[in-house]
Amino acid sequence: MTRALEFLQLEGIRKSYEDGVRTEVLHGIDISIGEGDLVALVGPSGSGKSTLLNLIGLLDRPTQGRILIEGQAVENLNDRTLTALRGEKLGFIFQSHHLLPGLTVVENVMLPTAAAQGGFRAVMKTQALALLDAMGISDWAEAWPRQLSGGMQQRVAVARALINDPPLVLADEPTGNLDTETSDQVMELLLRRNSESSTAFLIVTHDSNLARRCERVIELVDGAVVREGPPG
Amino acid sequence: MLALQLAWRFLREGRTQSLLILAGVTIGIAAFVFVSAIIEGLQVNLLEQTLGSQAHISVAPEEASPRALMREPGVAFVRRVEPSEPRRRPFDQWRRAVRRVEATDGVVATCPKVSGSALAYRGAAEEAVKVVGADADRLRQIVDFRANLVDGTYRLGGEEAVIGTTLAEKLGARTGDPIRVRSADRESVLRIVGIFDVGSEMVNGRWVVTSLRNAQTLLGRIGDITEIDVRVAEVYEAEGVAREIEARTGVPTESWMERNRDLLTGLRSQDASTTMIRIFVLLAVAMGIASVLSVTVVQRRGQIGILRAVGTSRRIVLAVFLWQGLLFGLVGALLGTGVGAVAGELIEASALFDITVTPRLLFTALTVSVTTGVLAAYLPARRAANLDPAAAIRGDE
Repeated sequence: MTRALEFLQLEGIRKSYEDGVRTEVLHGIDISIGEGDLVALVGPSGSGKSTLLNLIGLLDRPTQGRILIEGQAVENLNDRTLTALRGEKLGFIFQSHHLLPGLTVVENVMLPTAAAQGGFRAVMKTQALALLDAMGISDWAEAWPRQLSGGMQQRVAVARALINDPPLVLADEPTGNLDTETSDQVMELLLRRNSESSTAFLIVTHDSNLARRCERVIELVDGAVVREGPPG
Repeated sequence: MLALQLAWRFLREGRTQSLLILAGVTIGIAAFVFVSAIIEGLQVNLLEQTLGSQAHISVAPEEASPRALMREPGVAFVRRVEPSEPRRRPFDQWRRAVRRVEATDGVVATCPKVSGSALAYRGAAEEAVKVVGADADRLRQIVDFRANLVDGTYRLGGEEAVIGTTLAEKLGARTGDPIRVRSADRESVLRIVGIFDVGSEMVNGRWVVTSLRNAQTLLGRIGDITEIDVRVAEVYEAEGVAREIEARTGVPTESWMERNRDLLTGLRSQDASTTMIRIFVLLAVAMGIASVLSVTVVQRRGQIGILRAVGTSRRIVLAVFLWQGLLFGLVGALLGTGVGAVAGELIEASALFDITVTPRLLFTALTVSVTTGVLAAYLPARRAANLDPAAAIRGDE
């Protein structure tokens, strides 16, 4: 069901890889995500979830079909424009936190803003510290990522994804490497942010409990959407 | 600015790797500076020794051919020409020639001179000498006898002369002593007022330097000179200046480069081998930087992917690695020139010549090192910039 003004629309997205033999991993995906949506993307391993996430995240280009962000088709945009769009409109959370070990915690959080503004500046720090405070780890702002526990590192990654206040955050198994308690804490952070702001979340997960807490679930099997609707 | 900030943090994070490659660049640049300083010092020394006792260019009429003993039409003479002291033709209108030489671009000093063979006596000692007569001030600009005096004064007035240390020793003469000088035509008594050592055995052992008038009288060339000695601003341009002088005056010339072909060949061979050493050193530096940065790109694939994912452009990723190459080159050059200069100082004591690390050499080392660093970083940097961010992030997981 596509609403009139969606933040993201995918129309007939297909993706193939050429490795001697042409293999199509996505077979005509049509989905949309609106402002403030909380969507779970579920499916077995190898169903094409990560490929779809990379396409939505503008990290890859579809073989066929259209991706529209705020109504603007992106398939013909050059790399520089795509990079700027990615920095401005999208936030990323990965299963592995992927913090840069050479940057302090607060610098990692500031990274997307620094990329957009061409360098780390003192004024960026206030917002980054506020986010770290909201995540409950502001005391660790000047620490190195290696000094933090796995759960804390993932909270830093969440803060980094939110620093530019993007309309859509893409989370690839954000709690996949965490124990149950830490996983719940991180999930609470995401849900709270979703309810307090207009930030939409697309969360790839194997965790059925986590999927049940989302408003909508998209199930992918063998590169095709087999179900889309409220968690059942 | 972001690129520089990230480059610095990457270097700081991998500090062991950074320090190792920095040590490599430092050693390479130190070798570059050290070898260059030694070769430059050696060449300057050789040139100073060679040109310190001779003119850069000599302007002199051709030697006269031996005269026939008899001219009888229809009669042929069987004769053998014995090589003897070449006798120069008179130097026609030499004052005008001097003015023309002085007006030639690149000429900084001229000295009209008369010279010829003679015998010098003191007591029972007898030595073959070369009498050289010139104006004292003009001659000093060609061969600086005053700066190289070991005894007495440099003065060429009246019946005065200065001679070299070797000749003084052979004649047993000291400052203030008279010597008799006899040429084919005349004999004079000259008083030694100074003894010099210009570093050339030929000059120290044979030259009797006196006033132009004394020499003209002694050698039977009243009002005449045998050559004009010339000093030029750039020694390696002497040949070109000599050709220009020939064109202006119509008098043959001979530059130091023609007189010292073997030395010149030696200097050029030395230049070629120094260049090769420099190239090999720089190649080693470049390969060191390139290999370390290539490894870094592989190690940081995931980080580069994240940088791209959060909105860092390819241009900035490229610049991050170019900055690392530049920093290696810059810091390596600063440390390397210091080490090279200190090494030069340490061996200068045992070398027989000055080893000076000139500002020009420092600037060259700095420029070459930074350029090498940036060029060496280019390929790894391009590879990093072209990484597929999605694949890079996946590969790191």
